[in-house]
Amino acid sequence: MSKRSENLLKGFYDVLPLLLPVVPFGIIFGAIGVELGFGPYVTYATSIIIFSGASQIVFFQLLSNGASSLVAITSSSVISTRHLLYGAVVAQYLSKLSITWKIFISYLLTDQAFAVSQEYFKKNKDDDFKHYHLLGSGLTLWIIWQITTIIGILLGSIVPDELGLTFTIPLTFLALLINYFRKLDHLFVIFLSGFLSIIFYNAPFKSYIILSSLISLIAIYLFYKLRKKA
Amino acid sequence: MSIWISMIIAGIINYLTRLGSVLLIKPEKLSENTKLILSFVPSAVFPAIIFPAVFLNETNTLVSLNDPKIAGFIVAIIVGYLSKNIITTIIAGLISYWLVIFLF
Repeated sequence: MSKRSENLLKGFYDVLPLLLPVVPFGIIFGAIGVELGFGPYVTYATSIIIFSGASQIVFFQLLSNGASSLVAITSSSVISTRHLLYGAVVAQYLSKLSITWKIFISYLLTDQAFAVSQEYFKKNKDDDFKHYHLLGSGLTLWIIWQITTIIGILLGSIVPDELGLTFTIPLTFLALLINYFRKLDHLFVIFLSGFLSIIFYNAPFKSYIILSSLISLIAIYLFYKLRKKA
Repeated sequence: MSIWISMIIAGIINYLTRLGSVLLIKPEKLSENTKLILSFVPSAVFPAIIFPAVFLNETNTLVSLNDPKIAGFIVAIIVGYLSKNIITTIIAGLISYWLVIFLF
């Protein structure tokens, strides 16, 4: 097997466990879109055009609650700003790619694809085809998101509420952090950001994610800076 | 503004947040300090997705200590720490969450 298809498959396998929440979430999203009255075409189109579960839900919820388009656009955009941080991390490994590749692969830079592919990049810096890993993880996620949105639109909320599958969202993100559980500096950042996100949860335009992330990053920067001086 | 136009604008901005850093950041210009800080990005971003989903309920108030999500969260942390395995961690968290829901 060529290195290209090997990496593509590895990306696919690595992202598989993270699909556990994506499947019910996609179905729930499709169902909610129709229930809120956006119709099948608009609901489905957001899965291609916005392609970000959290932003799509926020976009629909705000509009259906009577918020202006501007507020809905701003909030769904602010919630997406975390991708700027993901991009900064993967940019360290993808700088040699052509513009065309960058334009295409950025579309696939979701939370889950970022999480597994940045781990692969870190361990395989010299692999010339490492971007195929992100292609594999990203495409897998994209395809599953499209299919599950359509299932939700067509069949409605077939996921029983009692199963509480929405809980698998925080659970998978938590599982993605296990490699950092033994590192004190990372634990500090994890708990600081988690604490701040609760405090800032009602901040305007769903800015709590980016606010908590940036403050925690600044805190760890200051920590290292002070330690160097000491 | 029509829903389609709003959606396309939201989509373009969303895409630009993904493309922006990939396109503009030149790794050779990043200092060692910046690279160190960037290695904390997962630890800084993911908790902001995790914590509200675990500790806040639909009305944005803190959940009580006997909420099944707390049990799932704690078990997942312990199992994750011991096993260092993503799938085991997710399954252990989900099972303990379900146990609390269905048994109590």
